[in-house]
Amino acid sequence: MLLQQLTNGLMLGGTYALVAIGYSLVFGVLRLIHLAHGEVFMVGAYIGLEVMLAFHVGPVVALAAAIVGTALLGIVLELILFRPIRRKGGSFLAPMVSSIGAGLILQEIFTKIFGAEQSEFPAGVGSDVYHIGPLLVSATQVFIMAIAILSMIVLHLFISRTRYGMAMRAVAENVEIASVLGINADAVIMLTFAVASGLAGIAGVLVGLAYTAVSPFMGINMAVKGLAIMLVGGLGSIYGAMAGGLLLGTVEVLCVAYAASSYRDAVAFGLMIIVLLVRPRGLFATGVAVER
Amino acid sequence: MFEGYWGSVAIFFGINVLMAFSLYFPMTAGLISLGQGGFMAIGAYASAVLTKSGMPFWIAVGIGGLLAALSGIVVGIPAIRIRGIYLIILTLGFGEIVRVFFLNFAFTGGASGIGGMAPYTNLAWVASACLLTSLVAWRHRYARMGRAMIAVHADEVAAQAMGVNVVRAKLTAFAVGAFIAGVAGAFYAHYTLFIDSAQFGFLRSADAFLFVVLGGIANPLGPIAGAAVVTLTPEIFRFLQDWRMTFFGALLIAVALWRPDGLVTAIRTRQ
Amino acid sequence: MTAILQVHEVSKRFGGFLALSNVSCEVAEGRIHAVIGPNGAGKSTLLNIISGVISPTSGNVAFVGQEYTGGRPDTIHGMGIARNFQHVRLFKGLSVLENVMIGSDAQTNAGTWSDVVDFVLPFRPGDAATQAHEALQFVGMGKQGNRAIDQLTLVDQRRVEIARALASRPRLLLLDEPAGGMSPSEVQDLTGVVRHIQRAGVTVLLVEHHMRFVMTLAEWITVLDAGRVIADGVPETVRRDPAVISAYIGTSA
Repeated sequence: MLLQQLTNGLMLGGTYALVAIGYSLVFGVLRLIHLAHGEVFMVGAYIGLEVMLAFHVGPVVALAAAIVGTALLGIVLELILFRPIRRKGGSFLAPMVSSIGAGLILQEIFTKIFGAEQSEFPAGVGSDVYHIGPLLVSATQVFIMAIAILSMIVLHLFISRTRYGMAMRAVAENVEIASVLGINADAVIMLTFAVASGLAGIAGVLVGLAYTAVSPFMGINMAVKGLAIMLVGGLGSIYGAMAGGLLLGTVEVLCVAYAASSYRDAVAFGLMIIVLLVRPRGLFATGVAVER
Repeated sequence: MFEGYWGSVAIFFGINVLMAFSLYFPMTAGLISLGQGGFMAIGAYASAVLTKSGMPFWIAVGIGGLLAALSGIVVGIPAIRIRGIYLIILTLGFGEIVRVFFLNFAFTGGASGIGGMAPYTNLAWVASACLLTSLVAWRHRYARMGRAMIAVHADEVAAQAMGVNVVRAKLTAFAVGAFIAGVAGAFYAHYTLFIDSAQFGFLRSADAFLFVVLGGIANPLGPIAGAAVVTLTPEIFRFLQDWRMTFFGALLIAVALWRPDGLVTAIRTRQ
Repeated sequence: MTAILQVHEVSKRFGGFLALSNVSCEVAEGRIHAVIGPNGAGKSTLLNIISGVISPTSGNVAFVGQEYTGGRPDTIHGMGIARNFQHVRLFKGLSVLENVMIGSDAQTNAGTWSDVVDFVLPFRPGDAATQAHEALQFVGMGKQGNRAIDQLTLVDQRRVEIARALASRPRLLLLDEPAGGMSPSEVQDLTGVVRHIQRAGVTVLLVEHHMRFVMTLAEWITVLDAGRVIADGVPETVRRDPAVISAYIGTSA
């Protein structure tokens, strides 16, 4: 029934939100779209998978490993793909192009290593089912929701309460002024990538747990959806990404439950197109005007 | 000489050239689309359905192209006001919507796709289409519409103040590009003899984008050169065939790092 | 005198900022009519409204008696109003001649079918090119059609912009600070060009900051200050108007 579907939707939406937040973070500081972000998500899922299979550990350790791994990957990507272009100056297009390239490379590498088929992801959290009032939630769902919410809360606190978080916001506002105030913009950008990628890594493991399967192609799907969410929420807006992600997850689940299930992927784009036509700045626009 | 393996390479090269040109026209007007795969799909599916119902090949190709052109206009309408990153995302979304649509559309086979088309596509068709398109692109540059598109790209406000109908220029750019992609799709369908929606996804659109990015849009040779580099290099260096995506990716990164400022926005005059 | 352009009670508000307030004036046909005022007076805003780049918040504008407020810039261009820009806005990627042809292209007009026709008959030099060439000759750049924009000096770029505006054979030419960045001898050349334009029958509405240039050329002057008209008359009267003088105190001409 409806409440059940809404709950499922929020769970799905939570993972979407984590990926979309990453996009927004990068867009916020660099004004560009990191099109390899979906592959970072995929890599996180595989890190979690391998760690769980190789060391027989639970999902929490897998999450930790994924966070570390993807954060490092994010930093590497920034150093190889984006920083050299920043040094040379250029439009927003060049970094996007190089990130598409990196995404393709990552996808192919992982296809070679793990095969193009899906790999099974361990159940991890056990298969208990709880009754909360009229709702039926599995242990997995509880775990996923908890981690997603926890991540968002930690992120919020990080951004609003810590020096590093404030430095990130300063750089996002205005890079020149932040530098003049003594903030090392390059370091902040690396930090942003680490955080954004770490969140994507978390999302990867969570999605693996949710569907008990991962594939090297899970990145593309998530990438485009994450973009759509960021657009809906407003480019560069963290809270917009959170809201947009939750919104999309909910709408998708409702679509599957009450309308045609196979069109679920198109929901994201339908939403996105509506927003583009009606309110292109997104629901929570940060006032960044992205003109050519 | 053009039979067999190399004949096949030539035909795929030609189709890629057409896809490159499909992006060339919108790009001259400054419209970046990462959704050309969607137009290709429309042309492919439409022509396949038509030839299987007995329609002559050339008419089916034409109608496939026209349907794609119509959708190009539909996509172009929001593109009038939307620009930059937003436009890229919009076209990405369009490409995905088309993919999901054909995945579900029972009439065209849904997830199973369509197969059993007659092998109408041959080198003569593809080569003629490429030649014709190159001529059109060359002529376009020196015709009124080409100037208008370049002006719109350079400075839309000034162009409008100088009498350019910006709406028409942008819609024409999209429609022409989409038509060409549709024709490419029709050729593709009648060569591979089996199509499903997975073949026209983001990767296809990224291909077209890569061709144009590599070759530039300074002149009509650009799309051809770009398509040549990407399609033919793996034929020369065999080991690349297994690592095609990595090769594409590396090319994209190399281009972005090497010419980040002028990337696809540089249009040089005829000097 | 017939008024070719009528600006009636035009106001423009940008958010909280009132750029123009009930501005009215009439431009007589065949005249060189100047609009002057201190920085920030709203001159360029007025020009943008007249050329259709922005719409007024209230008020209207009429050309040859026809109201056209809020029309699209390309339609307005088609009516016979052409302009240049204060900060040169030529089209990178097109040669000098092609830039000017954008202006004359619009004439050989209308719809998509004529685009196709133009496409198919490739080797007719075409009226657009001829008209563009004439416009370039008019401003003294006749031999430079094949050059690239970035090879030109600023002054030459300004000339090309004027040629681009003239290429459509407008009835009204809007000039936005065309003398910007020019040396005295260049200003003198420009004066000659503007007179030449007037002799060809084009009305000129000139927004300018350069006092000597304006006083030499203008037959009628409208003075704006902080979005309002504070004087409107022949140069001799305007230059002695105390309101005008006080608005300009501290500004060098």
